[in-house]
Amino acid sequence: MQDFTQALTTALQMIVTLDDGLTRIVGLSLRVSLTAVLAATLIGLPLGAAVAALRFPGRRGLSVLLNTLMGLPPVVVGLVVFLLLSRSGPFGVLGLLFTPTAMIVAQTVLIVPIVASLARQTVEDLLVEYDDLLRVTGAGPFHTLTTLLSEARWSLLTTVLAGFGRASAEVGAVMIVGGNIEHATRVMTTAIALETSKGDLPTALGLGMVLMTLSLLVNFAASLLREAAKR
Amino acid sequence: MLRRSFISRAALGCAAAVALFGLGLGATARAEERFITVASTTSTEDSGLFKALLPTFTAKTGIAVRVVAKGTGQAIDLAKRGDADVLFVHHKPSEDKFVAEGFAAERKPVMYNDFVIVGPAKDPAGVKGSTDVADALGKIAAAKAPFVSRGDDSGTHKAELSLWKTANLDPAKAEGGWYKAIGQGMGPTLNTAAALEGYALADRGTWLNFKNRGGLAVLVEGDKRLFNQYGVMLVSPAKFPHVKAKDGQSFVDWLVSADGQKAIADYQIDGQSLFFPNANEPGV
Repeated sequence: MQDFTQALTTALQMIVTLDDGLTRIVGLSLRVSLTAVLAATLIGLPLGAAVAALRFPGRRGLSVLLNTLMGLPPVVVGLVVFLLLSRSGPFGVLGLLFTPTAMIVAQTVLIVPIVASLARQTVEDLLVEYDDLLRVTGAGPFHTLTTLLSEARWSLLTTVLAGFGRASAEVGAVMIVGGNIEHATRVMTTAIALETSKGDLPTALGLGMVLMTLSLLVNFAASLLREAAKR
Repeated sequence: MLRRSFISRAALGCAAAVALFGLGLGATARAEERFITVASTTSTEDSGLFKALLPTFTAKTGIAVRVVAKGTGQAIDLAKRGDADVLFVHHKPSEDKFVAEGFAAERKPVMYNDFVIVGPAKDPAGVKGSTDVADALGKIAAAKAPFVSRGDDSGTHKAELSLWKTANLDPAKAEGGWYKAIGQGMGPTLNTAAALEGYALADRGTWLNFKNRGGLAVLVEGDKRLFNQYGVMLVSPAKFPHVKAKDGQSFVDWLVSADGQKAIADYQIDGQSLFFPNANEPGV
């Protein structure tokens, strides 16, 4: 029990004093995960809606593939992106390994399937209502997708939040492609892993609490946004 | 239509916010753009040595040092792929091989620390106070007391395996589940040993800096076979043209210079030195 009180004290201390190291780590975590979520949303939502609403060959296969990829282990994504970005890999000349960009790429790969799969389900359910209307008005593919995505936008917010949750919580991928370099690529989850390996369990748990608080704030903001827009 | 424009405006707003945030952080990153990447071991990072050492070097040269801390095996692999400018590890045979294969022009000895065998204070194998590591390992094996191994191809793991060899034992053939290779870094290995009340081989630096000791204590130390030599090398710019040869070489030179050696010796925890500089000792 003492561990938890100590962790709570550490967490509060870090938040109240706005610990410089902590601000950097939190800032980078947010920057990496939010950018990844933005990229995954731009790719995943249209992709999911297309699989749900458009008829094209290989559609069912793509849908199964996306569902399967939701279970991608972050370590595997990390490893693949690492091999691609390594100086000895095909994209080595870009020199992106151990940079925040590499971490954004890895997290985007990780969450595109989640965003796309959940969006496909949402849009598919909505299609039952809109199918006739869209057919009658003779809407083209682009118009169909924009209408459906626009109508489903508040349900899709949850989809995007699921993506954010996965991105901000994973450690395997960013550890490999970021390298957990202090002041450069250290984020919340890799910092927690590091403190655990130093045996400083209260600090590790304290950081975990800060991460959860951050996640709570993001979700709270999203829920406020939804409320405000519905009114 | 109205809705769609709301969505696009909201999306634009979000995108702009994220982009601004990213730019802001990007600007802070650019300020320290001159940096080298060093592939090193968890022992140098977890023991706190780099935290003490690097600011001195950076203040002097303006070169920031980015450390990727892995096991020695993985660190060497990173360097062989050209993903680091400098390699700073502790397993001389592997380092010599690295040089022989042309991945570096030369290896320089920097410092040593020592390994210790830690274990539960009640010491079921009765090894406490021993200065003969082979004998102690024999006793642990005979007692089938839990022994937690790194099992991750790190320098410490390699050292552990060669110590078992000096005791004429092969832990790979161990029966009864007392030998546990967990495939993780030094810290997690100590966490596991603390939880299992088991024995483990640890480098002294990580041990001294380690907080979650539980009932563990240092039981075996002082055997010459427990010494652990560190070497540093600049990754060959001939092999990888993108290697930051000049700045990387400055770091290598500084580590073995009088200044660097003094900084290493000055790093202490509770009045104990963790690493002992020996760049000028021949043949280490």
